[in-house]
Amino acid sequence: MRYQSHDVDEFAHVRIASYWPRRVSAVGTRVQPSVLSTPSPPPLFSMFRNTYDSDNTVFSPQGRLHQVEYALEAVKQGSAAVGLRSKTHAVLLALKRSTGELASYQQKMIRIDDHVGIAIAGLTSDARVLSNFMRQQAMSSRMTFNRPVPVNRLVSTIADKAQVNTQEYGRRPYGVGFLVIGQDHTGPHLYEFSPSGTSFEYYAISIGARSQSAKTYLEKHYESFADSNLEDLIRHGLHALRETLQQDKELTINNTSIGIIGPKGPHEKVVSEEGSFRILEGEPIDVYLKTMEAKAAPEAAAPPPAVGDEDVQMAE
Amino acid sequence: MPDMSVLAGPQQHQFNPYAENGGTILAIAGADFTVVAGDTRQSEGYSIQTRYAPKVFRLTDRAVLAVNGFAADGNMFVKKVKQRLEWYRHAHAKDMPLRAIARLIQTMLYAQRFFPYYVYNILGGIEEDGSGAVYSFDPVGSYEREACRAAGAAQSLVQPFLDNQIYFKNQTAAPGQSHPTHLPLSDVLSIVIDSFTSATERHIEVGDGLEIYIVLAKGRSLQGVEGLRGLREMSSREDGERVFVLQRELKKD
Repeated sequence: MRYQSHDVDEFAHVRIASYWPRRVSAVGTRVQPSVLSTPSPPPLFSMFRNTYDSDNTVFSPQGRLHQVEYALEAVKQGSAAVGLRSKTHAVLLALKRSTGELASYQQKMIRIDDHVGIAIAGLTSDARVLSNFMRQQAMSSRMTFNRPVPVNRLVSTIADKAQVNTQEYGRRPYGVGFLVIGQDHTGPHLYEFSPSGTSFEYYAISIGARSQSAKTYLEKHYESFADSNLEDLIRHGLHALRETLQQDKELTINNTSIGIIGPKGPHEKVVSEEGSFRILEGEPIDVYLKTMEAKAAPEAAAPPPAVGDEDVQMAE
Repeated sequence: MPDMSVLAGPQQHQFNPYAENGGTILAIAGADFTVVAGDTRQSEGYSIQTRYAPKVFRLTDRAVLAVNGFAADGNMFVKKVKQRLEWYRHAHAKDMPLRAIARLIQTMLYAQRFFPYYVYNILGGIEEDGSGAVYSFDPVGSYEREACRAAGAAQSLVQPFLDNQIYFKNQTAAPGQSHPTHLPLSDVLSIVIDSFTSATERHIEVGDGLEIYIVLAKGRSLQGVEGLRGLREMSSREDGERVFVLQRELKKD
């Protein structure tokens, strides 16, 4: 029932993220960090692609479903989102995009239930519809079973729902990916949901534009996450998110969104006993931005040294 | 005496979807607080189903709903109202104002106009302007804001008492004085407890236990509430409206 990812033989440089069959069950401990490089799609001018890529229900001769891959491309076009977790907390950090100085910033984080929250990357309209469905599932689970929905079950449900759209004629895959954080009696969890219908659990992961740079940072530091406190976890997440920024951009209180699950942190004023999911935006995140280390100075195009500076002047 | 009912003539049996589970609820609005109370006995006919079945529920930090009539409908209705409030929270990232909850309850009840929830609802809490408010409903959604209301088995015993003590009906003030427009919390709590102990004396479906919810407006001091025996806080935060619960025993006969 789950969409099985496929091997790509002729493009040796291409590796699809869902190659690795190690999927974590709710009680499993073999959670792997995201050690995979971002797959790059084959060049668009490839003649193999075009005849098989408009029908969702047709495989290409290489055994690929191009519509699904195009859907994954839509996720990669969205602005970056980063997720990471410790033994006590799980956090999401997202970069909010705006169309211009006069415009507002796109909402990247959605509350599903007290114990589940998501960050989105891709088509916001698809995200709305899917998150609505998740909310219905969460509420119906509480109504029917008098307990919050287990997070892994919720993620599996939307993964299965997304898979339907990869196998039915006339339907297009969802164009959005989620990072889902939640908590249950076994502690905090972080999952990635992708429109291909796969979901995995992670210690740390990022999705969206230039997310590979964030992944590199996360891979370097992930061993320290498990025992981090909330402030350090957020700081790592902000550093990872910063890696995805373009040259002259920076993280501000307007373009950054933080989602937290777990007990109250030192800078938080009011948090429920159970550590319910909350979204921090605007002024309240300034204190976290300030904990970031100064960015390393860029190597090229440095500003000209001040008058009287001893350093050798770069060529004009 | 032999059973004569067979001589009554042809009979038809049909499933009755409703039952009367007894009990009584009551709500009184103050200037900056509201009290919503209900006994905890659930009965059917001359039998007691349970001595403790809550009829009063916290919806948000500023709204409390008491439901009385057919317990199954009451419990289900509360769950559905809570779900609607959760959807509102998802859409607007804040709690629904009290008068909006009242209007919502009307639409939910009327939607079942042709197979009603057999429930008399009383919604109590704090309005957007910080004043105490009580809204009472009939089973199909007719509603009105009031200063006080009693509903349920002992309604006919309690409401006249409230009319006299809250509205000062059929009572003149001492010469040179006027009746106060609002009563202090301690007076209201006394009236509530006396209403229930008296109703318990004379009505078989009322008794066992009493649960009193107190909703305080934002910023109002805890005067009148501190020192109350067995007080429990239900609110989610300390800087907004606050909800407290008290439990008291009632006669079990």
